[in-house]
Order: sequence, then structure tokens, then C-alpha cells
Amino acid sequence: MYSSRSSCLLIALVVLATGGAARAAEPGTFGYGSVATPAQIAGWDIDVRGEDGAGLPAGKGTVDRGSDVYAEQCAACHGTFGEGEGRFPKLVGGVGSLRDERPEPTVGSYWPFAPTLWDYINRAMPMPAPHTLSADDVYALTAYILSLNDLVPPDFVADRNSLPKVKMRNRDNFIWTDPRPDTMAKPCMSDCTNAADIRISSTAEGRNLTPRTSGPLDTMQPK
Amino acid sequence: MRHYPLRSKAIPSDLTGADAPLGRRGFLALGAALTGGLALGGKPAIANPAQESPPADAPWSQSIGAGVVDRPYGRPADTEASVIRRNVPWLTASAESSVSFSPLQDLHGIITPNGLFFERHHAGRPDIDPAQHKLMIHGLVERPLLLTMKDILRFPSISRIHFIECPANGGMNWRAAQMNSLQFSHGMVSCAEWTGVRLSTLLEEVGVKKDAKWAMVEGADGAHMNRSLPLDKCLDDCLVVYAQNGEALRPEQGYPLRLVVPGWEGNVNIKWLRRIKLGDRPWHSREETSKYTDLMPDGTSRGFTWLIDAKSVITFPCPEKPLDGPGLYEIRGLAWTGNGKVSRVDVSVDGGVNWQAAQLHEPVLSKALTKFTLPWRWDGRPALVASRVIDESGYVQPTIAELRKQRGSNSVYHNNSIQTWQVKPDGSVFNVQLA
Repeated sequence: MYSSRSSCLLIALVVLATGGAARAAEPGTFGYGSVATPAQIAGWDIDVRGEDGAGLPAGKGTVDRGSDVYAEQCAACHGTFGEGEGRFPKLVGGVGSLRDERPEPTVGSYWPFAPTLWDYINRAMPMPAPHTLSADDVYALTAYILSLNDLVPPDFVADRNSLPKVKMRNRDNFIWTDPRPDTMAKPCMSDCTNAADIRISSTAEGRNLTPRTSGPLDTMQPK
Repeated sequence: MRHYPLRSKAIPSDLTGADAPLGRRGFLALGAALTGGLALGGKPAIANPAQESPPADAPWSQSIGAGVVDRPYGRPADTEASVIRRNVPWLTASAESSVSFSPLQDLHGIITPNGLFFERHHAGRPDIDPAQHKLMIHGLVERPLLLTMKDILRFPSISRIHFIECPANGGMNWRAAQMNSLQFSHGMVSCAEWTGVRLSTLLEEVGVKKDAKWAMVEGADGAHMNRSLPLDKCLDDCLVVYAQNGEALRPEQGYPLRLVVPGWEGNVNIKWLRRIKLGDRPWHSREETSKYTDLMPDGTSRGFTWLIDAKSVITFPCPEKPLDGPGLYEIRGLAWTGNGKVSRVDVSVDGGVNWQAAQLHEPVLSKALTKFTLPWRWDGRPALVASRVIDESGYVQPTIAELRKQRGSNSVYHNNSIQTWQVKPDGSVFNVQLA
């Protein structure tokens, strides 16, 4: 049925195809595991994209509702008004501080994208019981925290349409391409500086910040 | 907290005696630490000069030791109980979202023992049942896949030695010399032999769609820690690993499965890896916007600064390992770079006026810790000891002053500056910065 000529062509095609496979295998070459079903994917597919909110689910939440959820779930660590308890992160404040000696990066002063806040609360909070809040409650908390930061009005309703439109103060101050290397040191070998000019500008001696490095673990707390 | 049982007969008498050899100071510190335990456990064995060994046989030479499988897994000698990961309790709000540091001052060579590899958790260390752990790969792929650990172990395996460094390593010294310790100034770098499967193999198996440019990688921990990675890096040298230095990953390092992103900041090396999703744009997750971005003096921030620039540090002498009088010493240290291999390390003992090339020790591997040494005859006078690495891209490790000139002192991450140790005439060593 096949001529010898077409057989040769067929072999040539197989050889070519095999050559291609050596560089990039066809999907399913190994055949291990199982194809993930839509239901399996839906269960784990939690990520939300910061820039455009892609991945935000249905649901909504108000600032008022967020205030209630916050008092119950968040205030113990983050403070009643987001001021932070102890060393737990502040959620508000620091606006205009980023060029200061002691900057305060918070949701209000630093975060570039509002949907990231929804994603992070949904992904990781509350720390002792993550993944226990409903989508509505996560929206409500997001609305409340944005409102604490004066980023949205008191009647704001957070949902998949409204969150990507919230203009975050620091949004345009990120450079997303790495400018390094940004130092151009030369490997000088001798007489590189004047020995007389060398001065110790700071020392860790006597600062009393370093836990011990022998014996049992240290429980050192701020002095 | 972990206490090792201390038995008086396990304490070498020469460590508590007055004639300790080189490194006496360290031994004395160890002796002091042991005394605390001995107060509870019994009286220390007082060395009787008449029974000194030699000429006498040592006590452990006069009895039979423990049999095989006395310790079926094994553990360090009881007298090494101080060589442990340590944390800075005042640094973080809770131990579950915190860091611990490797005791570099007590390590030798380029491989970090598994129990001493530094830790960084965002929601504590999960204890995962490998029989139930799965890796999902989906998004812009031809054939979304769910893999069990058994499935992953069947793929072609690869072993590579790579360092992992938290980009905040040295962060506490951005503003000034603060931590008087090698462990706490540099201990968030460790190095291991990793075994697993190339991420490119898994991505070929699912089939990458044409529009895919980024991958979102996510952990199974309580924080579902996630980061965005460019697809090119995923296809270049990333590994999905299940083993560390020959045994299964430790829970603290991501058991049963983690990502290794050679040469890039520790945070992207997702532990407890459960999901990889391909997309056309980055995700800008909390860990790559609010954190792991570098604040500059003008108020702008740099994002996606993944690369670990070349860095080196002298591990002996250091604050934990002072000198014991004038004489001949071997300066020892470690160097590493995310840009490939270390080409050269120079050492200065005069605060950077003059430098001398140190000897690099084999193996010199790409994106791995590299050991260097230099003999040094210390005359007992004050010294300022420092090392400077040059990597194969030609990049030269900068001074802290050069870094601050570019980035100020609020950028927290990526402090890869030259570390200067001040050696005082009594041999004590301090962390200093030079103007």
C-alpha cells in the first residue's frame, strides 16, 4: 500500500520529530501523576494578581462589616486602629515618611496594589487560623483597612470590580527592573587608601544587642 | 529548648584545665557553658596533674564505648551542644514568623549540616505527611498536572550544590555595626547538596503555552507563601527538590518538597511547595511588594531584585572565635555569588589599604559557597581584617560606604558589603564599619 518512497519520508519525519523531542519533550512524555481536574484546581487556585485583581472571587464587603471582623480577628495583634501591638506590623500611618530617617512602610504609605491586600489576608491571615475567613469577610476587612488609611470613603464596598480601581499612594514609586550592579568598586591591591584616613565609624562593641552564641538559647528582649 | 544530657565522664578534662591549646578562649567559653549543666548533673572531673593524659591513658581509653545503633540516627557529640541555630528574640513579633541563624563560626567547609541550616518561616514549620502532599502545576499549560511525591521521585533526578541566602542577611548592619557576632551578622546563608528534578522537566511535561512568561510558586504552609518568577529562570536552572545532603529535606527546609532557585534571594526558594501556576504577568504578591523590595533614599523602591550579589566573610577570626596571642594563624572564610562562580577573594589585615589574594579551595562551584584561606602571622598589634570577593562576571564586593552612597540605609535587603573585623591586642574581635 505504501511506496518505498513514502516510507522513507515517514522515517525522515519520525527522525525529525525525535530530534525535536530531544530539545523539548512533548507534554505527557513521562505520563506520571494525574491530570488536575477543574474541581481540584478550583480548590487551590487562590492567587489574586495585584495590578488588575485577576483571580478576585465573587462576593463583597463593607467598611462597617470589616470593622466588626477586624475587632474579632485582627485587633489583638494589629491594634484597634491598625497601629500594631508590640512588634506586630502596623497597618496604618507612615504616609510621607518613606524618605525619612525612620520610614514607616504600611498599607497606606507603601503598598502599591489594593488587590494584594485581599490576597494576603485570604492567603495568610489570621496567623493562628489561616484560611478560615469567608470571601465576603476578606472583602470587608480589605475595605476596613483601606478606610483606616483614608484610601476609600466610609461607604466603600469592596468587590472584584472596586478593589483594582483603588489608587494606592505609593503605586508609581516602584521600579520593577533591577538596576544592579549599582556599585563599581575596583579591586585595588596596594596603597588603596591612606592608612591615616581609616576611621572606625561604628562598632558593635558594647551595644548589647547581640544574643549569646554559646550555652542555651538566649531570650534577650529590648533593653 | 533542647538540652543535651551532660555526663561528667564525657567532659574531656583537658578542656577545663589550665593548659588548653590553641583556641583556649573558645574552650573556656565552652567550659563555662558546661559548668551550668554540670551544676545539676554532678561535679566536674578535676584533672589531677599526676593523671594527666598523656602520659596516662585518657578515661575513654579505659572502658568500652556504646554499641552500634546506640543512637540509630546519630547526633553531634555532647560537647558540641552550643553549636546550634540561634535567633534574635527581640527582632520579630513571634517565633512562627521569624528567622534563625547558622553557627558559621563553628562550621568547616562549604556544606551546612542539615540540623544547622538557617530557617525563615512565615507561618511556622508545618509537619507534612508526604503521602498526602501533592504538587499542582496549572495555568497557561497544555496539560495541568497533579503529582504525588511518588510521581516526583520517578522523574529523572539531578543533584546540585547551591547556597541559599536570605536577602535580609546582614540587614541589621545596614545602618551601623550592630551585631557583634558572625552567626547573627552572616548566618542567614547556608549551602547544601540538593537532589530533585529540574523544574524545566516538569514544565515540559505539562507543556508551556506560548503566552506564559511568569510562574507563581506557592507553599503549603499556613501562609501559602508565594512569589512570582520569570519563566526564563524557571527553565534555566531551578530545581524541585526532595533531598538535602543525601537525606530527605528537613521539615524546616520544606519537607517533603521545595523549590531551589540557584543564586536568587532565599524567599523565592519556596518551601513545602504545593503549586506552580503559569501566567503572562507577575502577581505582585505581598512578599514582593510590601516585603522584599528595597527602599531608596529618594522614596522610590526597587522590586524584583532577586539576584544575590557577590559576598564574602571571614569566619576565622570572628567575634565568636578570637585570637590566642601573637603567632601564625590561618584566616578562613566563605565567598559566594548568585552570578556564577567566585573568581578571587582578597584579604586585608589593615582596613583595606593593602590586599592579598587568598587561596580558593576546591570545589569552586557555581552558586555555591566557596572556601578561602590565607596564612597570617599576627604580631599582636591592632588589625582590621576584611575579605573582598570578585565573581566571574567581574563584579567586586563593595564597601558599606559604597552601598550606602547608592542605596542609603533603609533598604533592609541585599547588604553584601565587605565585613571588617577589628582585632584588638588582647585578641578579641569586634564587628566594625569603616568611614
